[in-house]
Amino acid sequence: MEAATVTRRRGGGRGRARLVPLLFLAPALIFLVVWVIYPTIWTIGRSFFDRDGGTFVWFDNYQEIFTTDTLLTAIRNNVIWVAVVPALVTAIGLIFAVLTERVRWSTAFKTAVFMPMAISLFAAGVIWRIMDEKDPAQGTVNAVIKVFDDAFGGGGAVTAAQSSTPQLTGSISSGFVLRTPLRAGDTAVLGLTAIPPDEIPRDAPDAQQPSAEAGAITGTVWRDFKPGGGRPGVVEPGEQGIGGATLELRDNGGGVVATTSSEPDGSFAFDDVGSGQFRVAIASSTFTTPFEGVSWLGEKLITPAVMIAYIWVWAGFAMVIIAAGLSAISREVLEAARTDGATEWQVFRRVTVPMLAPVLSVVFITMIINVLKVFDIILSVAPQSSQDDANVIALAMWRTSFGGVNDFGLGSAIAVFLFLLVIPVLALNIRRFKREEG
Amino acid sequence: MSASGEAAGGAVAVRPRARAAHPESRAARIGRLVARGPLNILLIVIAVLWLVPTLGLLFTSLLPASEITTSGWWKVVGQPSIATFENYSALFDNRDIMDALWTTVQIAVGNTVLLVIVASLAGYAFAWLDFPGRDWLFVVVIGLLVVPLQVALIPIFSLYNDTGLFDTVLGLVLFHVAFGLPFGIFLMRNFFAGIPRDILESARIDGASEARIFVRLILPLGLPAIASLAIFQFLWTWNDLIVALTFGRDTQPLTVAIFSQTRQFGSNIDLIAPASFLSLAIPLVVFLAFQRYFVQGMLAGSVK
Repeated sequence: MEAATVTRRRGGGRGRARLVPLLFLAPALIFLVVWVIYPTIWTIGRSFFDRDGGTFVWFDNYQEIFTTDTLLTAIRNNVIWVAVVPALVTAIGLIFAVLTERVRWSTAFKTAVFMPMAISLFAAGVIWRIMDEKDPAQGTVNAVIKVFDDAFGGGGAVTAAQSSTPQLTGSISSGFVLRTPLRAGDTAVLGLTAIPPDEIPRDAPDAQQPSAEAGAITGTVWRDFKPGGGRPGVVEPGEQGIGGATLELRDNGGGVVATTSSEPDGSFAFDDVGSGQFRVAIASSTFTTPFEGVSWLGEKLITPAVMIAYIWVWAGFAMVIIAAGLSAISREVLEAARTDGATEWQVFRRVTVPMLAPVLSVVFITMIINVLKVFDIILSVAPQSSQDDANVIALAMWRTSFGGVNDFGLGSAIAVFLFLLVIPVLALNIRRFKREEG
Repeated sequence: MSASGEAAGGAVAVRPRARAAHPESRAARIGRLVARGPLNILLIVIAVLWLVPTLGLLFTSLLPASEITTSGWWKVVGQPSIATFENYSALFDNRDIMDALWTTVQIAVGNTVLLVIVASLAGYAFAWLDFPGRDWLFVVVIGLLVVPLQVALIPIFSLYNDTGLFDTVLGLVLFHVAFGLPFGIFLMRNFFAGIPRDILESARIDGASEARIFVRLILPLGLPAIASLAIFQFLWTWNDLIVALTFGRDTQPLTVAIFSQTRQFGSNIDLIAPASFLSLAIPLVVFLAFQRYFVQGMLAGSVK
């Protein structure tokens, strides 16, 4: 060891021995006293004075915290945050840590999940603001939902249509009904217009004038339009049929007695309709209203949206800490459990989780502290219009003190309130330290 | 990412164990791989899910002006030919953003260097020097670990206004050092305490001064912990928003500069997207290069 070669002797009295530690500590003590301890005491004092600092108002500022709507929203949101996020982050971290232990590329996986930890919560917020855009053409989350909605959402391919004659009434949301009642042997011509051009296949066959059949009601549903216009209500060459439309046969009371769907050329038939009068309708299920996008950043969903972004950032932290704890668990214990015939689930539930309990609680408590202080990510994910709905205590403190209101009395009270919330954890840390140091 | 337990004397003591090598037949191994197919697929899906948001920001920043306000990032993936760096060249010509980048660098580097020095000195005192009230004082430091910086914003705001530190890089640096100190002292003290007593004792017997021991012995041995602390503090201050927002007006780091743009989010996404990516690219590189130290520091002090 290099310093062992140092042989120069130095004298030093008792006074010197006292001075040396002080020299080492002085810079840190100055920083802590001037920037942390003194301001904390000052803030506690300031919280009992009014906005200008001139009048002592006892607990009025604290009372205001619990009677102002936006501040109550902030507290309520913080309660939701604490109830949901630390548990989810810990659970996700545990699952990831256990699963990734079983694959060869665990390092790559951990890096991918851990990477957001390097990104500022503010930048992470910007990322998720782009992800959460409402328009499915821009927002990734809504784009993915749209893919599933298009694939499995049911409904037809036609998103907009109007009837071509007054004979047919209704809209795409209620369906279209032919006014004239029909009997067996009659025909129905159901013309639609104003259909977006690309929603009928280019090679769809031309519609044909329906021919009457004994005992049946036949008809055609078609696009009553061709380049140049055409005559409304008349099936003409060049006008395409609408295939796959759902047709309903309704009785006088409006009840549906039969349904069928149209051929590619738009023709359809209800066979053996029996006696009586019926009405023919194009069912609303023929049409689909396009997916408009979920309003993630609107006032209702903003808190869950910010939470998702936050979990995305912190899951990696939980995973890495838990994985380190996991690697410290004795392999023999796990193997012994398996040899005794325990299933993987039993090993996880009865051995792994109990042995990880200290690590899990550290992650959980750390996350509670982090969640109580959540600030930047809300500013960057939530648009101005929904920031009141996404408010949390740390943000409320800043907005009250510096965001235009500039009420240092109330702001101090909110800061102290936040401080009080972390005191249990502070005490827990000190107790744990004392136990460890014995 | 093998987390060595050396630096961990603190909240979570973790010691990785070498796994016993299991000799395995080829058939058994193939069987195992097949059985784990679904698990592999699941984990690949999760990893992709975790990467998509960041990559999405990158691809968005490469969209040309005509597409950026109307299209999603996948347009670039489907049509790589439309990708363009014009948003970035506009960004590098943007005086405000470049000034902000320089401010960020000054704050992050300045306060990291200062914090490492101050925290190491104090950490050594707590670990190896005897003085009255040492344990009591260290308990105070641990207590300060969780103090939310919100409690200091208002008084320091007034103090800075009175002393001229408001809206200066120095003011921001000093505030960050103070709030980084509890964690820094905690980390350094626990690491230094793990240095074998014999080494120190023999140096003392040889007559080396405490200053000499600190510089020649403790700092070199403490390098892993210093690296952890430096990376933490660098990332923490590079990514800070609230402190700079409170104590600066014209002294704007990147986060604040981008934040002032997000007030009219949408039309200026061609500035926000590349600027955000720039602001995260640098810490990301630092993080990937020094991941090991980052993880060590996190394991040693996951109470911050």
